[in-house]
Amino acid sequence: MSLLCEVPDPSRRAVLMTGGALFAWAYMPRLARAADNRDPRLIVIVLRGALDGLSAVGPVGDPDYAGLHGDIALSLTGPHAALPLDGFFALNPSMPVFARLFKNSQAAVVHAAATGYRDRSHFDGQDVLESGFAGPGHVATGWLNRALENLPSGDRVATLGGLAVGPSTPLVIRGAAPVLGWAPQSLPAPSDGFAARVLDLYQHRDTVLAVALQKGLDADRMALDDQMGAKAMKPKGGPDSAAGMRQAAQGAAKLMAADDGPRIAALAFDGWDTHVNEGGATGRLATLLGGLDGAFEEFEKGLGERWKDTAIVVITEFGRTAQINGTVGTDHGTGTVVLLAGGAIKGGRVIADWPGLKPAQLYEQRDLAPTSDVRAVLKGLLADQFGLSAGTLGDKVFPESAAVKPMQGLVA
Amino acid sequence: MAIPAFNSPDPALVAFNRFGLGARPGDRDSIAGDPRGYLKAELRQADIAMISPDDPAYANLQGSTPAIQASMAANFQRKLERERMAAVAQPGAASAQAVPTQPVPAGKPSVPPVEVVLFRAEAQARFDKAVRVKAGFVERLVCFWSNHFCVSVAKDTVVRASAGAFEREAIRPFVLGRFADMLLAVEHHPAMLFYLDNQQSIGPESRAGKNRKRGLNENLAREILELHTLGVGSGYTQADVTSFARILTGWTMAGRDGRLGEPGNFVFNANAHEPGDAVLLGKTYPACGMGQAEAALNDIARHPATALHIATKLARHFIADTPPAATVARLAKVFAKTDGNLRALAVALIDMPEAWSTPLMKIRSPFDYIAAIRRAAGPGSANDPGQSLGWLNALGEPLWQPPGPNGFSDGADGWTSAEGMKIRLDIAWQAARQVKDIGNPNDMLEALIGPAASPETRQAIAHAESKQQGLALLLMAPEFQRR
Repeated sequence: MSLLCEVPDPSRRAVLMTGGALFAWAYMPRLARAADNRDPRLIVIVLRGALDGLSAVGPVGDPDYAGLHGDIALSLTGPHAALPLDGFFALNPSMPVFARLFKNSQAAVVHAAATGYRDRSHFDGQDVLESGFAGPGHVATGWLNRALENLPSGDRVATLGGLAVGPSTPLVIRGAAPVLGWAPQSLPAPSDGFAARVLDLYQHRDTVLAVALQKGLDADRMALDDQMGAKAMKPKGGPDSAAGMRQAAQGAAKLMAADDGPRIAALAFDGWDTHVNEGGATGRLATLLGGLDGAFEEFEKGLGERWKDTAIVVITEFGRTAQINGTVGTDHGTGTVVLLAGGAIKGGRVIADWPGLKPAQLYEQRDLAPTSDVRAVLKGLLADQFGLSAGTLGDKVFPESAAVKPMQGLVA
Repeated sequence: MAIPAFNSPDPALVAFNRFGLGARPGDRDSIAGDPRGYLKAELRQADIAMISPDDPAYANLQGSTPAIQASMAANFQRKLERERMAAVAQPGAASAQAVPTQPVPAGKPSVPPVEVVLFRAEAQARFDKAVRVKAGFVERLVCFWSNHFCVSVAKDTVVRASAGAFEREAIRPFVLGRFADMLLAVEHHPAMLFYLDNQQSIGPESRAGKNRKRGLNENLAREILELHTLGVGSGYTQADVTSFARILTGWTMAGRDGRLGEPGNFVFNANAHEPGDAVLLGKTYPACGMGQAEAALNDIARHPATALHIATKLARHFIADTPPAATVARLAKVFAKTDGNLRALAVALIDMPEAWSTPLMKIRSPFDYIAAIRRAAGPGSANDPGQSLGWLNALGEPLWQPPGPNGFSDGADGWTSAEGMKIRLDIAWQAARQVKDIGNPNDMLEALIGPAASPETRQAIAHAESKQQGLALLLMAPEFQRR
């Protein structure tokens, strides 16, 4: 399965072809690892709500893309031109840090990826993504925690435990292995998306409450504008605002940079469910992506010399429809992107077995068809960073997934 | 303006929202098609209204007497400290040597004042109890009466130290008992005497009054007539207020010096009591010391205006902001017929057809709302009431700290302000974010609201982008806000 991007770029293809060989090297005994003084770290960022992979990393070279994604499609021209990654894919312009990392071979994209889940419920999709089980309903432990648990006893990474960022522990890192919790001090303020949903519900069910809440939100916004006018504004917003994402990364990086700090961390950001006015190169999604980009920057800065051994992986429960809907947004879909960043990543590549966007090529004629398994990416990272075997990964960490082989050569 | 579409409220929702503190997961199952029976069963539970230090869960609570004594001791220490500081500030003053210096160790973590420790323990007990009870109807009654006979911790340190004990000692034991007994317990309680200044009200013709040129304070007398019993505009006059204030003189609290009795206890100070007979509401109360006010309280507790006043407030609280006159009249009749039996009134409320037919148009008070969140989504920190107290403050209903002796508003308007709704949004979000193990929000909706959930609410929650958001939407849904 996996890998090759059908992009006429022989140089990258050649690089990818060597991936297998490099991977074999990665399975050299751990001793070698100690000898080269590596101290690997893995950061998992879960984007809840389903990221539109086609707006984060647009297949601008696909002739059907612009027509399907309509007004919000990324484009290489115009005032908010997307940042070209290669001749085929371009990055949302709100992510200059990721673009720089990509250029420096410290970031990569796996496109047209999905877990094994094929329905379109957020809750179930997140359960599958985070639990690592084949189906929903397993909510006691997450795959990242089980990865910690299955490290050899006495392993330093296991002893140092995991780090859960945010007021509640993301499922992905819940479990028996010890996990440190940390949350930014600021009270979590709800995302605008949540407020809009409550307002919408009130408008349909309880107009008295709708009027009151609308006024409250307006007043809040005005207060914010005043503060901005006075240049006295501290970035307001919860963990899911752009500032909040940055703040969470900053704190996590500080904890993880310490010699005795956790080597494995999980963060979860909400707000990616862009059904209405999603925006493309600018707008709501772009703002969120900008926040995520800020998180990358904070990790890079905060981890300092540890950045070179760090891998960040960004995952989401599923993608969104290839065609925009009637409210200039996208509905729940299937295939999406996995973003990889960090000094440890063998970057500068978009890894994709591109399925195409013609009606017959779309999954159920509506979604980007998945051609890579998110679990393969995660397994590849866990194998390369911590030496977990394919057997353990296919049995303990991601139960009943032996058929999904670890993706090779993700780590430099 | 459209009205909320709760035209025929779901009986279980009526039981949990109109009467109770909200369903906990599983509660709807135990209601078993008999919501009235479910509520009445709670009324029959032994000591259901009580929070007692004898219960290991509440072992850290103190009675009002030791609480007030602790506050008195702390006040004395603070006074010494202030004097010491003042003396130090004037070097060379002779008194600097006279005041023993107690060097404050540098870097010592500041210990919260004893009043704050006591207050927080009481607050924690109240939040705990609200989550532990089944339906929460009795707790709602406790909140109702506590607000009716409110004191404010903002008054001074004595009230802050004893507000929780006041509720446990003067409200809870009588919530399913007799109104007159509650009235007497409340007006005897040091927290109330302090709050409404009666501890310093002195009969002008009393021995203390003649000696000290201090006199009446009619605050308590007025509020008893206006707020606690007859109700404003019920026909009493200024002369009645003044006369009642005279009658109440001498009702005070023993001070730290113990001169009048055990410090912190209620005491009748005959020296401060206005001598002679007194007329109240046309009736003469012969001079008989403390018994004079007790007789007056016993009478006004049974006054028809009191029955009407209490019936109106109960109907407004449990049925609708503007309750039908017939509803009020029926409750007043029960009050009169049963000599103010509050259990009979609670049963009458349950048995009222309008309680089950009136749309759920009121909105949960902040305490109700927070209790309902805790019951739905987990109790929060086991030994730190800080977050719940902070939420109450933000929503404008700080615990035991009403803006005035008339308590917090009981109308929906008071709690549906723009700012209030925005803060509810923030709280719902925070509460949902801190739940460690959120199940499927669709299932939670089923468990907590069940068939009463509107299609729109169902849809909103089903389409939420995360479990946290789904739960937060549930906590904001009209079915969760309205009662």
